[in-house]
Amino acid sequence: MKILVCISNVPDTTSKITFTNDNTVFNTAGIQYIINPYDEIALAKAVELAEGGKGTVTVINVGDAATEPTIRKALAIGADDAVRVNAQPRDAWFVANQIANYAKGQGFDLILTGRESIDYNGAQVAALLGELLDLPSVSIAKKLVIEGNEANIDREIEGGKEVLSVSLPVVVGTAEGVAEPKIPNMRGIMGARSKPLQVVEPIEVPVLASIARYESPAARGAVKLVDDVDQLVQLLHGEAKVI
Amino acid sequence: MAILVYIENTDGGLKKSAFEAAAYAKAIADQKGDTLVALSIGDVADAELQKLGKYGVTKVLNASQANLKQFVNKAYAAIIAAAAKQEQASVVVLSNSFSGKGLAPRVAAKLDAGLADGAISLPSWNGNDMEVKKTAFSNKAFATEIISSPVKVISLSPNAYELKESPASAEIVPFTADVNANDLSVVLKEIVRATDKISLPEAEIVVSAGRGLKGPENWAMVEELADVLGAATACSKPVSDAGWRPHSEHVGQTGIVVSPNLYIAIGISGAIQHLAGVSSSKTIVVINKDPEAPFFKVADYGIVGDAFEVVPKLTEAIRNLKNN
Ligand SMILES: Cc1cc2nc3c(=O)[nH]c(=O)nc-3n(C[C@H](O)[C@H](O)[C@H](O)COP(=O)(O)OP(=O)(O)OC[C@H]3O[C@@H](n4cnc5c(N)ncnc54)[C@H](O)[C@@H]3O)c2cc1C
Ligand SMILES: Nc1ncnc2c1ncn2[C@@H]1O[C@H](COP(=O)(O)O)[C@@H](O)[C@H]1O
Repeated sequence: MKILVCISNVPDTTSKITFTNDNTVFNTAGIQYIINPYDEIALAKAVELAEGGKGTVTVINVGDAATEPTIRKALAIGADDAVRVNAQPRDAWFVANQIANYAKGQGFDLILTGRESIDYNGAQVAALLGELLDLPSVSIAKKLVIEGNEANIDREIEGGKEVLSVSLPVVVGTAEGVAEPKIPNMRGIMGARSKPLQVVEPIEVPVLASIARYESPAARGAVKLVDDVDQLVQLLHGEAKVI
Repeated sequence: MAILVYIENTDGGLKKSAFEAAAYAKAIADQKGDTLVALSIGDVADAELQKLGKYGVTKVLNASQANLKQFVNKAYAAIIAAAAKQEQASVVVLSNSFSGKGLAPRVAAKLDAGLADGAISLPSWNGNDMEVKKTAFSNKAFATEIISSPVKVISLSPNAYELKESPASAEIVPFTADVNANDLSVVLKEIVRATDKISLPEAEIVVSAGRGLKGPENWAMVEELADVLGAATACSKPVSDAGWRPHSEHVGQTGIVVSPNLYIAIGISGAIQHLAGVSSSKTIVVINKDPEAPFFKVADYGIVGDAFEVVPKLTEAIRNLKNN
């Protein structure tokens, strides 16, 4: 089985998010980057499926050279080879076009993404890849089991799940429940250095959208501490009017 | 030109998020002086679709053919794009629900349209360019996105747009479009739904608890409080990681993002990743025995105390309020 895992390089979850240039540019000063947490789930699942010579795992990232530590980490976790599309990821539409352009005609049986990236959070790439490659896609999967040529998938819905089955190839966006993220071991880290990392140049993609500016959430007023529940209930009812 | 809104149904019923999408699309139609057209796919009774009239929908395209009874994003996206083309829609509005997330990007790609995912307010216009605000960085910030393509697709976050009524009467028109068999390759085997539960992303009140509760056996009091409030239950990440609660209840940066009217956090410290997912709640109440817990810094109301004492009393006090 040939598996492609899309990984994005995102600010560490503890990052404080601030902006510069009149709130038009994300301030990367002091930001640590990590593999998007949902992509670690996708990667862990892929490595598990390919274990014991049952398949190969290629990771792909759209990013500039600064993302290579993240790519090497993915190789250390167990991917066989990596591709970096050498471009700043403008938006999900741009990213999906680059990945689709690389993937088409390569015969991947399974293309995994995270359910969303924790920076721009479009939850778009999986469905866009499905559309661009004319493949079925499930954007938010909480379980993924491959049996022969079939993928059995639990899809998250409000207050429950759908149990789906679909023939490969398919694009799946993974969420918690699909696999436990793997931590690279020493052998993986050593081995990662010699695994192939191919750099390809981007294709041109028309601009459909852009970000004009950012805002930070408004600060809340000071907390009102209350001594007893009756007082709280009165405030919630009379002042906040939420109950 | 028209504004097209895709109306999502759950087992043939329309939920609040569907009406929110309709009311939001109506406001855009009014901004643009365009007509509003709704599209429903699947098995929804006319009487149910007529409810859309209350929010300004005058025409509903009803795609109810047999092979579209079950949601398959690939096929549904093709139908929505076909309807958008037929109606010459300049803007297509969908709900940013779990299904909507799998659908909106496909619709956008079919229409060569830019997608504003998770919009939280009405757009503004600058000639043909549309500006719309959405959340970014897992709710730690907002971004204003400019969509410059001729056709625009917007998916609306649940609970972000206040339902406004503009009564009209909705005419229901059958809509048929060819469905490519290849678009139906995903087979739905079963839908498992916890029917007695209020859906978390759409809930107006959320009662959430963390590791302070010590173990899964102590969740009865959380559920009881949620019950009297008509609230959904949620939890912090370590709680679902430990298997005390299902993953679908985990809120935060790497979980569900919620923006209810009221979020009650019990025994949750308020780590930055947790706050990201809940900070857009309108009112936040924190119950924690540690007065230094970071959650108090972003709360509107707080009680410093032991959850095991406070929560049952709170449930009782709310029950009394509701009974009077
Ligand atoms: C990559 C990454 C992603 C993450 N994503 C998320 C996420 O999406 N969502 C999330 O929630 N976390 C997330 N986390 C975890 C986060 O950093 C915190 O560890 C977590 O939120 C803490 O959960 P908690 O508040 O339940 O537990 P704790 O931090 O252990 O806090 C328990 C609280 O309960 C209080 N308490 C104890 N006993 C009582 C009592 N009897 N009565 C009242 N209060 C009591 C304590 O004072 C304390 O404040 C993530 C972490 C990482 C590394
Ligand atoms: N720059 C990127 N390079 C490779 N994959 C990406 C990139 N950005 C996003 N993805 C993938 O797409 C998923 C969803 O991202 P998004 O649509 O941005 O929420 C992520 O979890 C990744 O798997």
